[in-house]
Amino acid sequence: MHRDNDRYKAYSRRAVLLLGGNVILLSGLIGRMYQLQIMEGERYKTLAEDNRINLKILAPPRGRILDRFGRPMAVNQRNYRALLVPENILNINTTIAALSQILNVTAREKKRIVREVKRRKRFSNIVIRENLSWRQVSQIEANALELPGVMIDVGESRFYPDGEASASILGYVGMVSEQEMVRDPLLQLPGFRVGKTGMEKVHDVALRGKGGTSQVEVNAFGREIRELSRIEGQRGSEAWLTIDNELQKFVSKRLGERPASAVVMDVHTGEVLALASTPSFDPNIFKKGLSQAEWKQLISNPHSPLNNKAISGQYAPGSVFKMVVALAALEKGVISKNFRVFCNGEMELGETFFHCWRIKGHGHMDLFNAIAQSCDVFFYEIALKTGIDHIAAMARRVGLGQKFKIELPGEKAGLVPTRAWKRNVKGTKWQKGETLLAGIGQGFILTTPLQMAVMISRLVNGGRLVVPSMTRTVVPFAGKPPEYTTPPSFKNMGVHASHLGLVRKAMVAAINSPFGTAYKARIKEPEFFMGGKTGTVQVRRISKTERESGVLKNKELAWNERDHAVFVGYAPLEIPKYAISVIVEHGGSGASTAAPVARDILLELQKRDPNSGSGAMQERREVRLEPKIQAKKFLREG
Amino acid sequence: MLFSQYRHPKLTLAEKIWQLNWSLVLLITSTALIGFVMLYSAANGNIEPWAYQQMIRFAVGLVIMFLVAISSIHFWLRYAYVAYLACLGLLLVVEFFGATGMGAKRWIDLEFISLQPSELMKIVIILALARYFYASRMEDVERLSYLIFPVILLAAPITLILFQPDLGTAILLGMSGIAVFFLAAVPIWIFITGAIAGIASIVPIWNFVLLDYQKARVLIYLRPERDPLGAGYHVMQSKIALGSGGLSGKGFLAGSQSHLSFLPEKHTDFIFTMLAEEFGLIGGLVLLSLYFLIMIYGFAISLRCRHHFGRLVGMGITMAFFLNFFVNIAMVMGLLPVVGMPLPLVSYGGTSILTNMIGFGLILCIYINRDVTFRPGAADR
Repeated sequence: MHRDNDRYKAYSRRAVLLLGGNVILLSGLIGRMYQLQIMEGERYKTLAEDNRINLKILAPPRGRILDRFGRPMAVNQRNYRALLVPENILNINTTIAALSQILNVTAREKKRIVREVKRRKRFSNIVIRENLSWRQVSQIEANALELPGVMIDVGESRFYPDGEASASILGYVGMVSEQEMVRDPLLQLPGFRVGKTGMEKVHDVALRGKGGTSQVEVNAFGREIRELSRIEGQRGSEAWLTIDNELQKFVSKRLGERPASAVVMDVHTGEVLALASTPSFDPNIFKKGLSQAEWKQLISNPHSPLNNKAISGQYAPGSVFKMVVALAALEKGVISKNFRVFCNGEMELGETFFHCWRIKGHGHMDLFNAIAQSCDVFFYEIALKTGIDHIAAMARRVGLGQKFKIELPGEKAGLVPTRAWKRNVKGTKWQKGETLLAGIGQGFILTTPLQMAVMISRLVNGGRLVVPSMTRTVVPFAGKPPEYTTPPSFKNMGVHASHLGLVRKAMVAAINSPFGTAYKARIKEPEFFMGGKTGTVQVRRISKTERESGVLKNKELAWNERDHAVFVGYAPLEIPKYAISVIVEHGGSGASTAAPVARDILLELQKRDPNSGSGAMQERREVRLEPKIQAKKFLREG
Repeated sequence: MLFSQYRHPKLTLAEKIWQLNWSLVLLITSTALIGFVMLYSAANGNIEPWAYQQMIRFAVGLVIMFLVAISSIHFWLRYAYVAYLACLGLLLVVEFFGATGMGAKRWIDLEFISLQPSELMKIVIILALARYFYASRMEDVERLSYLIFPVILLAAPITLILFQPDLGTAILLGMSGIAVFFLAAVPIWIFITGAIAGIASIVPIWNFVLLDYQKARVLIYLRPERDPLGAGYHVMQSKIALGSGGLSGKGFLAGSQSHLSFLPEKHTDFIFTMLAEEFGLIGGLVLLSLYFLIMIYGFAISLRCRHHFGRLVGMGITMAFFLNFFVNIAMVMGLLPVVGMPLPLVSYGGTSILTNMIGFGLILCIYINRDVTFRPGAADR
């Protein structure tokens, strides 16, 4: 107990010390109150009576979003708004009732306004309605006396001239939510908008700019009389994207209303020229805020318009994966250029039959023809020889199964399966049959359209590890195009040039040889030839009985059981510049659905490029002969 | 056997309620009443939106306070670290969620009520430190190695809260934590050395540890005038409002400064200004006296307590309560920089009420269990 006594003594001594300190501090507070209220009270009373000066924040114009050529993709429009000044309202219900005669305020709007009046700091005004017509503005002004607390101001609102076409890239702006409303006074301005998703969100802080201030004299009711001083804010920086807006519109229109997506990129710089996901949504409707019903409709649409399929849609790649399998087999040395397999339409493994898409078989196939004609049996065979782990390693090198940290939110990584993955995640051993399926890009493997565009770029750009990007620069408004830093040169991925060459030749044949899978969808103008590969991704299991009675055609199936149509391609042939990937969900075969879309896009793109096509034709004529010679060769070989 | 360590006989529930310090409860309720009146005025004489909500929250707070008061003090000793870890976990969750979140999702989710773990931490840190020191001997606290663990206990939440960033709460947490160290009889020279080391480490931390954006945040704290519509303007308006109140104020609902919206956040951080404008020096002094009396009760209950755990928790909470209202009032009178701290029991806000009521509940609990003694190691049994 003696010990506790010592401790208690120390404790009580110190507690008294603390209390003494507190009392001194409290006397300080009281002294300060005495000073402010009694000694200087009169001075502050006069100050309070003269306190007619209020400081206002001026919203800066939000920075525009421009395409690579400076064409506007997101701009600002003049916007007349009706505001409610809470401290001037006598009775909110009568004010809103009076206003209803002019604006037709719905019950829902009224609920929102009343709620905001309660929630918001009374310091700030509340937006009743935006985008007023001239007629409405003049009616409100004329009836100002019956509408205490209502005022009109001119603001700016975001406008997306191309609406749905670029929504998957730009995203949209919306009202500041309670969580976002930090102490930044700019965010508390009525009707201030912040980026909610897409590029608007990615570059939000830079696009916002800096608020200015204005000192205004007000009367006893808070109405402004005149402005005393003004510090201008700084308009938001402008974001220059890598997108070619005209192309973007073309791609979006070409995809139409089907659930589909396409990515076009520069194979050397990785700059994304177009990235479309359909069906899309009109970002302009988010300006006023959606009703629950509208929002539910967007959310519950089975074709998920809010989901950017180009970066977050994950699909099995199907036959476009065959290039990866071929490169892995060549690199491991299990096959050579002349290795042949006889395809009779199926392959037997254990008790199971694995079928080729061509029921009667392709006959003798070498690598070149197996890619061009997309023979499945050939790839079952070489996938078995190569092994899943080698295939997976090659898939990762060409860009599958990983995120590129593209600026847009929601990017998915896809999945490149390995033995270790199966053991760890599924808890079972890898089966040989699964290697076979991987050989034709089916089974566990998942890729995004963006990854497929990167893959085709890396295959045709000389084997460099190009990485996609979407923003060129974000700079303060200057009125002239900014200077771009030259894109970084990418490292080589270390795949043998002759292997890449072989695969590329086969991709030329897949489109341009009469035996190629996409011959019908080729570009016919020789100066604009494209190369590529089709893919048809099966999303259901074909039963044995169905095989015997004849496999059902896509047209005979329910929409969500039909195959996904996939295509990857590039152009021009000799010095490739553009890569494209197209996926049409449940669109049927790659050759009939995805390839024509890619063809139209690549053709349009090259026609508009001043450095390609007939202009550059003269210099390239000699190189260009090559594919024609090859085409003849295929005829002989076939 | 939970009560076998108690020298004091087991109390029945009725005895506990009888033993409640009802005069302290009355003081707390009176202070909250002042809050309701001011919130009514802040809404221009409307019970909506703040006063009504605040009453409900206070009622819930009272219930929680009583529950804490009649709980076993042994419970708080035993679960002090668990509560600490849980609260620290919540802080980490807040840190984590601050970074992500889909734009669309946030925007549609309007009915979310935010919980601030940093507020709860104000109480929990005191419990955890008291739990550590409750059985320490005089020789123990003189050893530096003995102090490493409690310093980590204190530093971890402060660091997390600084990154939120919430300088006000972090400083308050630090000060009340240091008060517990002080009461635990840690030698004075350690505080002096600590202070010197702290000041000396500012320069290297600034130069090598902080990132540019973090420096910018600190600079805004230190020089609020950088932000034209920010704190400097607020404090000037607050001083005018307060000063113009004079001796007896402009009268209820008649504060011109407050009602003409020159005064910002008058229902939260600047509510004291409004009180002083409408009720003058007299009104301000009434509130300060209530606060002072509550403090004296906390002080007396702590000194009277027979066990060290209760003494440390009681004084720790009393100090935190003092710092809370002192910083707020000093801030609105332009004596301290504006850091964003509510006035306890008066400002509008749910978590603040909840924290304060749990704190008072603990003080009442200590009062009821004032004659209990713990054996060393009682916390682990």
